Amino acid sequence: MADPAGAGRRMIAARMDHGHGTGPAAGGCGGADALGWFLADAAVVLLLAGAALGYALGLWASRGRSPWPVRRVLCWYAGLGCVGAALLGPLARAAREGFAAHMSAHLLLGMIAPLLLVLAAPVTLALRALPVRAARSLTRLLRRRAVRVITHPVVAAVLSAGGLWVLYTTALYPLMHASPLVHALVHAHVLLAGSLLTAALVGPDPDPHRASMVVRSAVLVAFIAAHSVLAKWLYAHPPDGVGRADGEAGAQLMYYGGDAVDVVLIVLLFSGWYATTRPRGRVRSGSGAGA
Amino acid sequence: MSSAATGAGGEAGPGVEQRAGDRGSRRAVASGFLFGCGIAASMIDLFVFHLGLQWHHFYDLSTPEVALAADGVFHALGWFITVWGLFLLADVRRRGDVPWRRWTGAVIAGVGAFQLFDGVVNHKVLGIHQIRYHVDLLPYDLAWIGSAALLVLIGTAILWRTRPAPAAG
Repeated sequence: MADPAGAGRRMIAARMDHGHGTGPAAGGCGGADALGWFLADAAVVLLLAGAALGYALGLWASRGRSPWPVRRVLCWYAGLGCVGAALLGPLARAAREGFAAHMSAHLLLGMIAPLLLVLAAPVTLALRALPVRAARSLTRLLRRRAVRVITHPVVAAVLSAGGLWVLYTTALYPLMHASPLVHALVHAHVLLAGSLLTAALVGPDPDPHRASMVVRSAVLVAFIAAHSVLAKWLYAHPPDGVGRADGEAGAQLMYYGGDAVDVVLIVLLFSGWYATTRPRGRVRSGSGAGA
Repeated sequence: MSSAATGAGGEAGPGVEQRAGDRGSRRAVASGFLFGCGIAASMIDLFVFHLGLQWHHFYDLSTPEVALAADGVFHALGWFITVWGLFLLADVRRRGDVPWRRWTGAVIAGVGAFQLFDGVVNHKVLGIHQIRYHVDLLPYDLAWIGSAALLVLIGTAILWRTRPAPAAG
């Protein structure tokens, strides 16, 4: 991601005393920090490998059942790829130094990866793959009140949009670049909250208490509004230590990149409505009690 | 209404046809109007005024925070109703024939209605943003509001000419 001006990068580099920006491979200065970044990266690698293996095991265990759509498999591994691109490698390194690069990593991690992972229907796959008894416990777990609360669209949207507001309008943004632990927690929150929101709005997995179309529509519109207002606000008020040109590029990326994913979410929301309101029986004349 | 419509018991009498047609027609008008408002809010502004003419800017520092929030809501609603209108159109189509001229009339009325609302409420009452900056606004406002009113009139005229024949009884 080209950084229009190195100013922001230099400012942020000046703020963060040491350790960050040097990948685990380069870690010479600040031994504890270098170790922290290395552990965070190792945790990401392990989690990604576990998720990749888990889905493959699920496919293998349920191979006797009806065929599983290939597009879901592709979605899962593309989603993991997006998480990996956001957290490991060159983009992740650039994201610790520049705001625009940070924003592209966050679009991948908080919007695109959750969308792909949710569309892969991992809960449905687990229910097919697990033995009956284990599948029942999983269903019971998903019916817990706590799960029901955090998967409500309003709660999920507040967690997701609220988390972004806190991140960019408080000292959390500079802090996350100074501490590997805070960095990991922020990223975990962005991915999980994004996934919860996507699942609550358009997820194909079974949801016994799915909110009504009206509630989900209102939440999605409110979320898009909050996201775009924050992007415009960031354009004028970049976080501490971010230079002007870098802040403007990052804010515009957040606005237009967010829009692209938001339009996909709107289309998925309405295609769910379209499928459930399908006229039954003979089409053309009155389709029965609609209205 | 729905119980009366289904009361025919499978045999689609003329009354049922009529009612289904009315519903399809109403839904087509709703679809066109939403789509028209939506493209006026999301696409015309983006492609014509931001990217084409470059009269509008991503953010201008004089924008008050209330206006910024209102702008975000309009932005979100714009995309939402654009997609909503298109799905309603698909729904009309899978249930019967689409009255295309009627739909087009509703789109034109929708574009006009949103531009009228934008020109009067957003530009003049709330002062969220202007059509163009550092120029005398009066001719722009007149052209904007006048063309919006004209579109509403044209759209309404098409809707009037394509109105379904009144139900028999």
